Parts: sequence; C-alpha cells; structure tokens
Amino acid sequence: MSAKLEKLCQNLHSALGERVGSITIALGEVTLVVAAADYLEVAKTLRDHPDLRFEQLIDLCGVDYAAYGKVTATLAVEPAEVPTEVRRFAAVSHLLSISHNWRLRLRVFAADNDFPVVASLTSIWNSANWFEREAFDLFGIMFEGHADLRRILTDYGFIGHPFRKDFPISGYVEMRYDAEQKRVIYQPVTIEPREVTPRIIREENYGASGRG
Amino acid sequence: MADIQNYTLNFGPQHPAAHGVLRLVLELDGEMVVRADPHIGLLHRATEKLAEQKTWLQSVPYLDRLDYTSMLINEHPYVMAIERLLGIEVPLRAQYIRVMFDEITRIHNHLLSIGTQALDVGAMTMVLYTFREREDIVDMMEATTGARMHGAYYRPGGVYRDLPGQMPRYEVNKFKNAKTVKALNEARSGSLLDFIEDFTNRFPGYCDDYETLLTDNRIWKQRLVDIGIVSAERALQLGFSGPMLRGSGVEWDVRKKQPYEVYEHLDFDIPVGVNGDCYDRYLVRMEEMRQANRIIKQCVAWLRENPGPVIVDNHKVAPPSREKMKGSMEELIHHFKLFTEGIHVPAGEVYAGIEHAKGEFGVYLISDGANKPYRMKLRSAAFTHLSAMDEMAKGHMIADAVTIIGTMDIVFGDVDR
Repeated sequence: MSAKLEKLCQNLHSALGERVGSITIALGEVTLVVAAADYLEVAKTLRDHPDLRFEQLIDLCGVDYAAYGKVTATLAVEPAEVPTEVRRFAAVSHLLSISHNWRLRLRVFAADNDFPVVASLTSIWNSANWFEREAFDLFGIMFEGHADLRRILTDYGFIGHPFRKDFPISGYVEMRYDAEQKRVIYQPVTIEPREVTPRIIREENYGASGRG
Repeated sequence: MADIQNYTLNFGPQHPAAHGVLRLVLELDGEMVVRADPHIGLLHRATEKLAEQKTWLQSVPYLDRLDYTSMLINEHPYVMAIERLLGIEVPLRAQYIRVMFDEITRIHNHLLSIGTQALDVGAMTMVLYTFREREDIVDMMEATTGARMHGAYYRPGGVYRDLPGQMPRYEVNKFKNAKTVKALNEARSGSLLDFIEDFTNRFPGYCDDYETLLTDNRIWKQRLVDIGIVSAERALQLGFSGPMLRGSGVEWDVRKKQPYEVYEHLDFDIPVGVNGDCYDRYLVRMEEMRQANRIIKQCVAWLRENPGPVIVDNHKVAPPSREKMKGSMEELIHHFKLFTEGIHVPAGEVYAGIEHAKGEFGVYLISDGANKPYRMKLRSAAFTHLSAMDEMAKGHMIADAVTIIGTMDIVFGDVDR
C-alpha cells in the first residue's frame, strides 16, 4: 500500500468522521461505501474539503448485485424472491482530484430493492446528469433531485430496465417490417437466449500444480 | 405584428454533420439555439450486458467497435483492468508495442477528427489529405493485426503476436502499373518498423501542410474562434477530459500524471489551450499529433533494440505457442481450457482509465471469480462531452452547433456503447 493512498484514507476519516461506512484499499484503489442517507453530504465534503478536493466525477454507474457469486448469469429466481437482506442496487461513482492527483470509488446502496432510490449528484457535479439518466434507464435506480430523469439509451417507449440481472439478454420484443401492414411493428422475440460457454466459478487454487 | 414563436428543429439522426446517429432536438429563436437536447442511443448495442455473457477474452473484439475511429486504444484499458485483477506483469516489449499502437491510433483519430470537422465547416480538401495519411496507418494495423480496423490485438498479458518482419507489398494489377507499384512499395521494402519509422519522418511535414490549410485560414478561424467557450472550472464540473479539458487550460493528462505502461520513460509534452474555444481545441489536437509522432519514434527505436516475448508465459492467462501445444499434453490441456472455459479472474473490482484520443476512457470491471465479468462499465469521454452540448451550444447560431459537434470529436459507437 503506497503512502499516498494511506494519506487519502486518513484524510477521508478526518473529514468525514462518522459518515464513513467502510473504506477498503484493494489493487491500488480506495473504495468508500456510505449510507444512502449521508450520500449527498459526503459527496459535497469530498468535493469541497481542502484535503480531498475531488473536482471531477469521472464516472457513475449502476450495479445490480442480485446474482453476485451465482453460477447463472441471469437471475434464477423471480425478482420478488431475492432475499430482502441482499441489497441489490448500488450506484458506483469514480471521482478524480486534479489538484491532489488521486482517485476514489464511492459506492452507495439503495435501501429498497423494489423501488431503489438514491440522491442525485447533479447539483455537486454537473457531469452526473447523463450518467444518472443512464443508470436510471438501464437499472431503474431513481435519482432523487435529478431535474430531467428521462430514459437515454433505450428506444422511445421501451419497457423494463435491460441491465438488471433478471432481464434476458434477448429482451422481450423484437422489431421488424411487416409487409401487410406496411409499417415497422413490434412482436414478442422469436429467438431464445442460449449460453455458449457456461458461467463457472472455481474454488481457489483450482488447477494449481501439485493438486490432482 | 404576428406573434413570433420559437420553433423546434430536428437535426439528424441521419445528418452528415451529426458524426453518426445523433438526433439533436434544437429549440431555435430565429437562427439562435435556445436549447439543444441530444437524443442518443440509436447505436446502443448493450456491449456491457453482452460482456457479462462472454468469457473475458471473447469481449476484446467488442471493445474495438466502440470508438471505431480509434480502435486499438479501446482495448487497452480493458486488458489493463484484467491484468490488474489477475496481478500479472506484462513483458516490457508488449508494453512498448501497446504504447506505440496507442499513439498510432491517436494520430488516426485526430486525423479523422480534424478532417471531418473541417468538412463540416466547409473546408472540403482537408479530409482528402488526412485520409491519405490514414491509409498508411490502417496499413500498419493490417500488417500487425490482420485487420485494417478492428484488430483485437491486445490480450490480457500482452499482445497477440510480435510485429511482422516484413511489410506487405503491392503487386501489379490492371489498375496499378509497375511504375505506380514501385513508388508505393518504396517505403514497404523493409519491416513494419521501417515502414512506421518512414511514416514518422514524413508525418511532421504533413502536419505542416494541414496547418497551412487551416491554422491561419480566415474562414476556419471565423468559424472556430470564440465558439463553444468552456472555462476551466466548467470543464471540470462537466467531467471533460482529454483535448476538451486541455483546450480549456487545465494541464491534465493521465499519461503524465498517473503514468501507465511505459509512458514514464518516454519524452513528450502536453499541449494546453488558453481560451477554451473550438480553435484552441483544434490547436491542441494538432500538437498532440506531433507529440504522438515523437512517442512513436522513441518506441520504434526501443523496439528495434530489444527483442523479447510479447505475452506472458503464464498459460492460465495466455495460450501456449502453437508448436508447443501440438507436442505437449499439458500445453494441449492449457490451450483447450483457455479457449473453452476461459480465464478465471479473482473476485474484486478495478477501474482502469487511460488517456484515450478523445479523453479519459475507462473500464470498470467487477469480477466475482467466474470466467466472465460480473459487470463491465465503459466510461467513454464522448458521452460526457456530448452531455455538455446544451451548455456549449446555447446562444450560438445553428451553424455553430455543427462546429461544436465537430470539436467534441464524438463517435456514436463510443457514446451509445
């Protein structure tokens, strides 16, 4: 662990105090997890505190943790059956400080799995605007305080949130030109999702030399 | 007097100046833009979702197809992120090859960017010259990777194969006579490195040519100077990176500040703009091409002197050589496991960001220990830049909106992913 990351952690502890949920250092990167209630305040401190000064929000994305560590790529159970203690949705942002030359990953979990809500960072970093629209579009995370939370990447009139783990890779509808009606129509998909290479999680040291 | 109202203009999705499939809803007051609302996603291919269904190696070619004007550099953060998760060290020669192709791609991207921007604002000839040099660059990529555009050349642990010892040559056919072919083959008589070196010697002269066409061109300056001004503070707020950020006077380059691969051993300068307008960003890109040329020269010199492996010898990550695979049972098993089941990447998360030609391109990977990524997020510079369209175009004429799209250097494969 380099001295620089150590210093960043110290500064985070002294500037945020109680509001630090957890700080982990792994692979040369610092991850800060905060509670949804403190999210906006923490973000403000991260930007304005002279020892932190994260001027830029480089990236913000949604993550669906419902199938984490599971063998199937898509969710095997119905979304309603995901145990309530598993918090499915998180918004992960990557911050960059130009003046201190360090980066930070900030993660916040949405409290409710059925209707995930987290605060919007658009008032703190304007670049969050489209990133939050994207996370809303693809994961259905609601960003409270966002002025213009419309869909961004999917089609006009699209139903569902395609990057959720319970959304099939083939989708639900397909589009084609109908010669009789002389227009483009939507119809239920005619292809079935297939898995060419199965998803496998091996135990640690699988295949290491000296083992059967 | 009749009541004059704002009206809304639908720009694109099939407009030659939209640089792809951008639907821009412009609210106009006369000829002045009051509000610009870009509608994106017409090229959304869900690359991130597809990557969750593919093994780590199978996703590499998808990365080329994101920003299809700077192909090889796209693969770089992806393989870098996997290498960080695996904790493997890449052979030095592979690092130099990657850096060299990153910079070649940067020139390729800027040639297209400046050429098409000039085309948008009415300077027709520029694109003809930039595409002439682009041809040499795609020839380099073809000789190395086998594909003119979508190389799939970078692999976790190194690059797919070493640089070719011989540059392919033209042959006489019914369209090209012996004299033309001889002239074309002059630079191609040696190895790929000879060809690249020849190109780097010619290229500063080409840059001078472009500058005589544009830099002091009255019409070019009238169209670009003081258009789309972004202050340094706003540029940071809006998440700008790359030439867009440096054009506003912020001295930030990931290659210098958080060096990856061998950039710390290379000598190059970072051009910075002053006014933050379209013209400054053009000047920054112009100088970046010259600096990229310098880096390529240094890489060529190093690569000539230092032969060696170009991919790690760890057969859990990189395939064994064809020869060994045919002769040894163990290597055969490695090969089979690697191309059926794939690499197993330890659980964890990593963000690898590089200085892409357009800005910071980052790959955020979450692995749960499987042979496929759990989540891949691609952070593309063009997406953030386009989100500032409204702020940059507000108050400008409708013709300036085209200049602003040009200066953002957006490619829709990259914006929509």
